[in-house]
Amino acid sequence: MSIEMKQRPEKIRLNVYRFDPEVDKAPRIDSFDVPWVDGMTVLDTLFYVLEKRDGSLAFRYSCREGICGACAMYINGSHRLACETQVARLLDEGHAEVRVMPLPHLPVIKDLVVDMTRFWENYEAIAPWIVTRSADPEKEHLQSPEDRKLVDEYVGCILCGSCFSSCPSVWTGKEYLGPNALMKTWRWVADTRDSAAEERLGLVGNERGAWRCHTVFNCVEACPKDINQTTAIQGLKRRTVGAMLRGSKALKAGRKALER
Amino acid sequence: MIYHEVLVVGGGLAGLRAAIEAHDAGCEVAVLSRVHPVRSHSVAAQGGVNAALGNHPDASDDNPERHAFDTVKGSDYLADQDAVEILTGEAPGRIYEMEHWGCPFSRTSDGKIAQRPFGGAGYPRCCYAADKTGHALLHTMFEQTLKRGLRIYEEWQVVSLAVADGRCHGVIALDMRTGKLEAVGAGAVVFGTGGAGRIYARSTNNIINTGSGMAIAYMAGVPLKDMEFIQFHPTSLFGNNVLMTEGARGEGGYLRNALGERFMEKYAPKAMELGPRDIVARAIQTEINEGRGFPGGYVQLDLTHLGAEKILERLPAIRDIAINFTGVDPIKEPIPIQPGQHYFMGGIDTDADGVTEVAGFYAAGECSCVSVHGANRLGGNSLLETIVFGRRAGLHASTYVKGEGGARAKAGSEKVLAKVMADTEKRVIWVLEADGPEDPAGLRDELRESMFRNVGLFREEKGMLEGLDKVRELRGRYPRIGIRNRGRRYNLDWARNLELEGMILVAEAIAAGALARKESRGSHFRTDYKERDDQNFLKHTIARLTDDGPRLEYRPVTITRWEPQARTY
Repeated sequence: MSIEMKQRPEKIRLNVYRFDPEVDKAPRIDSFDVPWVDGMTVLDTLFYVLEKRDGSLAFRYSCREGICGACAMYINGSHRLACETQVARLLDEGHAEVRVMPLPHLPVIKDLVVDMTRFWENYEAIAPWIVTRSADPEKEHLQSPEDRKLVDEYVGCILCGSCFSSCPSVWTGKEYLGPNALMKTWRWVADTRDSAAEERLGLVGNERGAWRCHTVFNCVEACPKDINQTTAIQGLKRRTVGAMLRGSKALKAGRKALER
Repeated sequence: MIYHEVLVVGGGLAGLRAAIEAHDAGCEVAVLSRVHPVRSHSVAAQGGVNAALGNHPDASDDNPERHAFDTVKGSDYLADQDAVEILTGEAPGRIYEMEHWGCPFSRTSDGKIAQRPFGGAGYPRCCYAADKTGHALLHTMFEQTLKRGLRIYEEWQVVSLAVADGRCHGVIALDMRTGKLEAVGAGAVVFGTGGAGRIYARSTNNIINTGSGMAIAYMAGVPLKDMEFIQFHPTSLFGNNVLMTEGARGEGGYLRNALGERFMEKYAPKAMELGPRDIVARAIQTEINEGRGFPGGYVQLDLTHLGAEKILERLPAIRDIAINFTGVDPIKEPIPIQPGQHYFMGGIDTDADGVTEVAGFYAAGECSCVSVHGANRLGGNSLLETIVFGRRAGLHASTYVKGEGGARAKAGSEKVLAKVMADTEKRVIWVLEADGPEDPAGLRDELRESMFRNVGLFREEKGMLEGLDKVRELRGRYPRIGIRNRGRRYNLDWARNLELEGMILVAEAIAAGALARKESRGSHFRTDYKERDDQNFLKHTIARLTDDGPRLEYRPVTITRWEPQARTY
């Protein structure tokens, strides 16, 4: 039934990025041999090192089942969640060793722990909460299953930062909101319960926002939850142009109208 | 010194809900969390949250009273019935509120919040967002804290509670990024710090669920309640014990043993797979123990008859998990499952407003024990508990800080915190410098294995005595640990082993409470006392920490409407 049935090595070489910017002059790679355990994940190998070999290794973790988003890393050349990446799968992909790096293009706090301040600030900047113009109904807002499907892909985001880390426009454009914040904008524009769609478009219909997406699709490849951020961003562009052509006032109001 | 009117510890659902309420009541609020809020364990809840909305065609005559009865019966009559009525009575309002805040619940064909059947419930009343309900709720709650601009201290780990003369003045916390201890004064402190699942082997819980909040309160003199009641979820994935939601059975999934039998007909002939968790978990373990499981010790959760469409729409996350970790696609093959530790019914002793014995110190969510779950929690009631009692704790805390209590807490905080800081620093630095021969990771593993084996699904005196001996042995060995990393910044070795002491103390309270309870009730099943004994044990266990370990006291259960009856399903 499972991938563990094949013959496996007795141990596996783990190469892991080490850097403490307050102490080290330059980053280095440390290598460890980790005894094979069937079903072992990359996160398991990091815990092996922490508990048995080197207590100074720093990394983030929480749920170990791919839903909390804490352990996004750059593993064997791809953005992945360490907790749901089985070492056996890496071997099956043709890798002989495991190589774990922090999320690229984010400042390193220590080893695999990165500073996600810019990611969180950008997320907050798009007013990621529902805005309604009328009083709440006594019970729930009604929403058809079809309308609920419009947001299904986007509410599955775990805010792990993989897309943000993978995006060349993020690397070069320091003001760019990035694929996550834009996809989350679309999540609210597409939600039939939200009544600030055009203000949201006004917020991101500029060079800091949707226009800076060059449809590179790195984010889509990087996303561990199979979300298509690029499609969402194209939706923003399309809707923004439509609103511009209509001379929408709400579009101009933008962020001001979304104040808390 | 940092000071906040209301300081919430824990960024999960209970903590954030408390913070929002205190803020909306006019208080200045900050949240302190060991992980970014969305990494909290609430995010991993799958199946749903209960409220008698009556949205399902089979539930048109459901109401909070029926929800309360199911909860009381599920608790094996140990829940306080006044508190249960608050829980179920406030449930619809809290769920509509989450919907108004934008929570993406799944929908019925007429556009209402979708509800599914769940274990031990007389009606389909479990509201869900596919099988990612905790994720949907927590992200929504986090959005609301962003909207309010609440201050969040991210990756700060609380190490002690500052209490003097029965009043709370704040906390001492370790800022992981700097490695510095910080005193945080507060008019009121609300703990929403979650459960202690990682005291057990085979836990469904996040790795961060070490029960540190319970331990810190316990060490500060706040009693723990009903700690012997540990929920084992019937269906955790064989291999790594990730949760496979009860919603899988709610949607019609079967449990089968190695003979292909739907064995639940022997244990809960009416409810079958939707019996309450304690009964279903023991049934599975009995099948395994009696040789009707599969090699290695598991049975099967069979969803293949549900069809691809239903699985993809309603159970997509557990399908991904099963494929990822075991290579099994539930659309095509049954999922290998076994019981796994899942939830603590017990916790910090509180009332229905989160109030504890210490003025200005509150607790809500899994770290607390109100008690609404009694001896066995129904699936779908823990998410509910976080939003109902999180709100109530935040509200009560805000009233407290605006009154005389808050002024007193503020006036004394500097002095009290300085003293607690001095004591805490000694302990914390001792761990950082510990160079003894004992391997703390080994101690942790021994603790977890012993608790699972000796104070687990089936209990008897001999095993529990062994479990208690083991805990005391570990308590004796802890002072001889050695750690490998002396750096202060983001030192996981330090932070993890700092809380190991608390895990051992909490485990001791569990084992002592279990040993003293000579009956079987809900999740606490003793092979040497197989019957419930209302005459002697219809009461809550209260554990206080002394130099000699826990001292047990008892408190009556509040019965309002439902006299204890035989519990059959």
